[in-house]
Amino acid sequence: MTRVFVPRDAAALAVGADEVAAALADHADIVRTGSRGLFWLEPMIEVETQQGRIAYGPVEAADIPGLLADGLLTGSARHLRLGSPERIPFLARQTRLTFSRCGIVDPLSLDDYHAHGGLDGLRKAWEIGPAATIEAVLASGLRGRGGAGFPTGVKWKTVADAPTDPAHGGPEFPAHGGHRVPAKGGRKFIVCNADEGDSGTYADRMLLEGDPFSLIEGMAIAGFAVGASKGYVYTRSEYPHAIATFDKALAIARAAGMLGGAFDIEQRPGAGAYVCGEETALLESIEGRRGQVRSKPPLPAHKGLFGCPTVINNMITLTTVPCILRDGAAAYEAIGMGRSRGTMPIQLAGNVRYGGLFEAGFGVTLGELVYDIGGGTLSGRPVRAAQVGGPLGAYFPPALFDTPFDYEAFAAKDGLIGHGGIVVFDDTVDMAQQARFALEFCVAESCGKCTPCRIGSVRGMETVDKIMAGQNVDANLELLRDLCHTLRAGSLCALGGFIPYPVLSAMNFFPEDFRRGPRVTNVPGTSAAITGTPIAGTPMTGRPGANPPLAAA
Amino acid sequence: MTMVREIDYGTPAVTAEAMVTLTIDGREVTVPDGTSIMRASMEAGVKVPRLCATDSLNSFGSCRLCLVEIEGRRGTPASCTTPVAPGLKVHTVSDNLRRIRRGVMELYISDHPLDCLTCSANGNCELQTAAGEVGLREVRYGYAGKNHLSAPVDQSNPYFNFDPSKCIVCSRCVRACEEVQGTFALTIQDRGFASKVAAGLDEPFLTSECVSCGACVQACPTATLMEKSVVEMGQPEHSVVTTCAYCGVGCSFKAEMRGDQVVRMVPWKDGKANHGHSCVKGRFAWGYAQHPDRVLKPMIREKISDPWREVSWDVAIERVASEFKRIQAKAGKDSVGVITSSRCTAEEAYLVQKLTRTAFGNNNTDTCARVCHSPTGYGLGKTFGTSAGTQDFDSVEESDVIVVIGANPTDGHPVFGSRMKKRLREGAKLIVIDPRRIDLVRTPHVAAAYHLALRPGTNVAMLTALAHVIVTEGLVARSFIDERCDTEAFADWAAFVSEPRNSPEALEATTGVPAALVRGAARLYATGGNGAIYYGLGVTEHSQGSTAVMGIANLAMATGNIGRRGVGVNPLRGQNNVQGSCDMGSFPHELPGYRHVSLPGVRAIYEAEWGVAIDPEPGLRIPNMLDAAVEGTFLGLYVQGEDIAQSDPDTKHVTAGLSAMECVVVHDLFLNETANYAHVFLPGATFLEKDGTFINAERRINRVRKVMEPRAGLGDWEVTQAISNAMGYKMHYNDPSEIMAEVARTTPTFAGVSYEKLDQGAVQWPCNESAPDGTPIMHIDHFVRGKGNFVITEYVPTDEKVGPRFPLLLTTGRILSQYNVGAQTRRTANVVWHAEDMLEIHPHDAEERGIKDGDWVRLRSRAGETTLRAAVTERVAPGVVYTTFHHPLTQANVVTTEFSDWATNCPEYKVTAVQVSPSNGPSDWQVEYRTLSAKNRRVEAVPAGE
Repeated sequence: MTRVFVPRDAAALAVGADEVAAALADHADIVRTGSRGLFWLEPMIEVETQQGRIAYGPVEAADIPGLLADGLLTGSARHLRLGSPERIPFLARQTRLTFSRCGIVDPLSLDDYHAHGGLDGLRKAWEIGPAATIEAVLASGLRGRGGAGFPTGVKWKTVADAPTDPAHGGPEFPAHGGHRVPAKGGRKFIVCNADEGDSGTYADRMLLEGDPFSLIEGMAIAGFAVGASKGYVYTRSEYPHAIATFDKALAIARAAGMLGGAFDIEQRPGAGAYVCGEETALLESIEGRRGQVRSKPPLPAHKGLFGCPTVINNMITLTTVPCILRDGAAAYEAIGMGRSRGTMPIQLAGNVRYGGLFEAGFGVTLGELVYDIGGGTLSGRPVRAAQVGGPLGAYFPPALFDTPFDYEAFAAKDGLIGHGGIVVFDDTVDMAQQARFALEFCVAESCGKCTPCRIGSVRGMETVDKIMAGQNVDANLELLRDLCHTLRAGSLCALGGFIPYPVLSAMNFFPEDFRRGPRVTNVPGTSAAITGTPIAGTPMTGRPGANPPLAAA
Repeated sequence: MTMVREIDYGTPAVTAEAMVTLTIDGREVTVPDGTSIMRASMEAGVKVPRLCATDSLNSFGSCRLCLVEIEGRRGTPASCTTPVAPGLKVHTVSDNLRRIRRGVMELYISDHPLDCLTCSANGNCELQTAAGEVGLREVRYGYAGKNHLSAPVDQSNPYFNFDPSKCIVCSRCVRACEEVQGTFALTIQDRGFASKVAAGLDEPFLTSECVSCGACVQACPTATLMEKSVVEMGQPEHSVVTTCAYCGVGCSFKAEMRGDQVVRMVPWKDGKANHGHSCVKGRFAWGYAQHPDRVLKPMIREKISDPWREVSWDVAIERVASEFKRIQAKAGKDSVGVITSSRCTAEEAYLVQKLTRTAFGNNNTDTCARVCHSPTGYGLGKTFGTSAGTQDFDSVEESDVIVVIGANPTDGHPVFGSRMKKRLREGAKLIVIDPRRIDLVRTPHVAAAYHLALRPGTNVAMLTALAHVIVTEGLVARSFIDERCDTEAFADWAAFVSEPRNSPEALEATTGVPAALVRGAARLYATGGNGAIYYGLGVTEHSQGSTAVMGIANLAMATGNIGRRGVGVNPLRGQNNVQGSCDMGSFPHELPGYRHVSLPGVRAIYEAEWGVAIDPEPGLRIPNMLDAAVEGTFLGLYVQGEDIAQSDPDTKHVTAGLSAMECVVVHDLFLNETANYAHVFLPGATFLEKDGTFINAERRINRVRKVMEPRAGLGDWEVTQAISNAMGYKMHYNDPSEIMAEVARTTPTFAGVSYEKLDQGAVQWPCNESAPDGTPIMHIDHFVRGKGNFVITEYVPTDEKVGPRFPLLLTTGRILSQYNVGAQTRRTANVVWHAEDMLEIHPHDAEERGIKDGDWVRLRSRAGETTLRAAVTERVAPGVVYTTFHHPLTQANVVTTEFSDWATNCPEYKVTAVQVSPSNGPSDWQVEYRTLSAKNRRVEAVPAGE
């Protein structure tokens, strides 16, 4: 029977992929894959034909009988036909390295994985040895994809060089106090941060669901390079499909001998705290403690999980390592701009016409991403702002859309690229409300350890409420700026430390929204709707799903 | 008089070889590598504002007040969590830092009650101080925002309040509970703004796992956790450093006072035994000193059935002297004797034994160590040559394998228990040898690698089985033995333990412990690095107590675990000064310093000093005194600070002996059980009223300083001196320091001790010319006796055996909140935790007898019976029952028998064959005793006008 590829990615499932698969089950050999990341086309199915794969989308179960009748299985049906997926411009413009297999392979087929270049990186690492492996990662210029952008190779080298104390193979809990006791354990750990909590991001989830072996391979390489025998993957609790898929992948890898010998991996789903995406809070959480940020130093590389030297990397960082090893550091390093080398899986979300995953070399501008690739707003209204880098990222107005996607370029404009999420807003957005939302997010997600974040977030939200209610606006704006300074300089971790980015960017780029006086729709002290009265006074016209597919010939 | 205020350096001291020099606000300072910038600043004389940092806890970095700027580094790192580095140029003040700190403080105060003037921390509040330091002038957020100001106060704990409205969520209490105490009772519940300190599962403190050690109260920078006594009395105005009068740990405390009233007892950071930690007893249970039960006037009576009559000191002393003289004239000089107290100071114990050896002219002196650690003296003397533990408490920080035998440190010696737990959390391994599943077996972040739950009474078999494994598996420390020990004795011993009948397999039926566990534990102790043994009365209070002590010493020598930090053999001594009372010659066969009275050279020293001839024959031990009393040859006893009628075994025999005496003089705080049989009652002084020294389990001579005058007018040493003078032997000490000077003059191990020296810092004896600063670790180069001596420890089962009539084994012990006979703790709010003694019984044994949790049960042995309520629990193994002996109405010792250690007569409290059956109420004995007790405690009303 003809093979038809139907995604099982959560985004595809949400729009009926399972029903589509069921409708096809009697007619074709169904292969469930990850998603290609073209979300406005989901469920996007691909038929294996003599001309290669032919994509159709967005497909509903109800479309299937007609499509079958029209020759779906030979790729001749015209309705919803997208042609060769690689030639869809959204995909064609990408440089897919980290996501090279996602949406193509059966995520749980090791054969598929092998057939698409899987394990070549690990083999290469074994061949060249730990030191050269670290050297390759260093030379590639790979930086932490969680947002901090710390050079991955440097981190690995630190852990590789960290002494362990063989006398203390101790139990798996950290020492309380006692400066006399050296870091415990003749052990080192690899920890993968897959607690993907940033708004508008889904890259980790897509890979866990679409190419989980790439993470296993990446961690195995890291473990080999630094001398760690155990890895932990800390997964976002709201990702049930990803968790299930990755557990299956672990079992398959173990059964195939890929894991369980010199290196093994355990998955630890989180418990729903955003702050556990902060690396030290994440370590605390794995240790079974309250998800609370640790102060640094000591760095996790010196004293991380269970007090042992630990590589803690973002999931995208680790899944990028195999292709660096496989294709060589130089090939990866050749892509990008400035100190940002290689590719970044950028995730377009919010009020955007073509939402999805766009992996590209660093250097593409925000404007290209929002307008050319994202196609502007889904509502069809003018773009007013884009928040880049999750809930702690700055709101950039179109005037700053010439900023290239690059760690330093964004930092220079008081922004950050974070984990690569972009959330687009049209001109109906109330930026004072967005500032309030940022602080409200901080209120909800603060671990409560440090004072600025614990109390400051609440006071900030209250102060924005006063501003929005028109009370002592000048004084309260000044107070809010002061508070942002306290949060920025005083917070223990990036949650409190970066929350001024969205607040200050809203204040700086959209000052008029803070002087609009009392909102009709907003009751101070309550969480108001994100979209209020349109600024320009024109009604919304955009309608989800009404856009014609951007199909290739 | 001033307050003793320790400098808080913010973060703990670091020990490192390498030193680092840096500049802070232009001042150069050199500190050990790894020191925090905050601590280095303090060393340089610069205090950075802070709230979450205190030097008893690891740095945390949460308050964000202590931020500093470092030249060449970005941002404003927290000085508490940032270590020093060579050449750093640190600035602790700048406009930017001021702005941040004010910003943070403004946030704090926006959620804090503005009631400083009526706050119990007023005058001693770190938040108040920090607000002043950062120059907070206004709170622009106002006070109408979200807040915690209406959070209710938890007043459930009898000693401190928890007022969450004042909490700044610095986590110091939570961290103290974890890092210092190791109980993990506190946590921060919820997150973000809702974060709050919660005890247990958000319960009242009283019902949570909190053990009321006070570490959280001490750590709290505000009035959130505050002693009720401070709430009541206000902040103290002066303080005196003294030593706790409860267990043998010997914690140093600051008695914080207003006038002559104690406001609170706060553990002293520089205390070498406790390093600033405390337990519920020392920290809070001192209220007995003011309890209305305290007797403050001397009393006499003709017969014990008469009511007491209050008299002057002169009359009372005269009565004692005339009675003792009369008795000696009638029945000979050996017809009277003394019992020294381990609750009193070393000087007072010295004086009491001196009284009997001079004024009475005999060696009839004994002490409560008879019933606790006399086997330690004997056993360690025979093997090592000294009657004391080999280590200081700090030594445990370097132990890798900790063996706890017959001790329950978290209840009996809680402050040391906490230090032990800290080391265990750091990764040291634990072996527990105890019939009960004591807390240490499994407590938060601590789990015993081996729990050898042996049958009561089989310690010697177990120790020999462990030795068997060590010897036969070739795990002995051969070079240590060759160099340090008597090799012939070792060879004999090795041959003995190697016999197949001493293998764990052969002894499994005896001990009830699977051989594989015994083998595993032996291997761990022998090969796991520094092995340290800590033991308690579960070892000594047996018919083979002395043998077991020697068995322990054998193990330590065989594995080379002696003579350095981290190892050793450590008796956890029960009472505050039991070490001291033994050191001071309280035993009938020994003069001070454990020197036998038969030695002419030793007698000569004291004969010269005291100007009397000393009897070369040992005097009577307590049980002998009682036997002699029943026989009619021992008629007068002066008991200082001990309640033998409650604490000694076979109560019926004890009371028979006491009843047979013609003059029993009880010198105590309260009309205790022994006083029911007394003819003269002399009111004693509490530790708060004493000047002198207590010597703790690590041989440390701690100063006890008077914080108030003796409430009855005379210190205990003054009373003893008065009796002596009235008896005709003149003593004229002006002050206890003169007594210590006499001890130093006559006792080689104390030769270097003086109050001047002790005021510089407590030392551990031996303290003399060769060890001017004392001796933290003993037997470093050689054993005190020369070569270490291995002693063959043949297991001889106790005669106390279970049978059809008495099928269960009773063992006894203590719990955290109560202390021994309870005379003090029962007169404090500690009774909320332990209002009565309960009988722990395994569910299997309970079910067989139809006993449910909380039922009244009859506990019967061949010696007697009593009733108490049952606690059905798996802490005890089937076949074993357990109770405490804190309450006189329970009279647990009515049940215990006359069996005792073969060498020292230490009673076999830990093994009594018993039967347990349902009961409806008190036994006949209890009813009779209550009646008698009430009758014998009557005090005659003073007629008007007298």
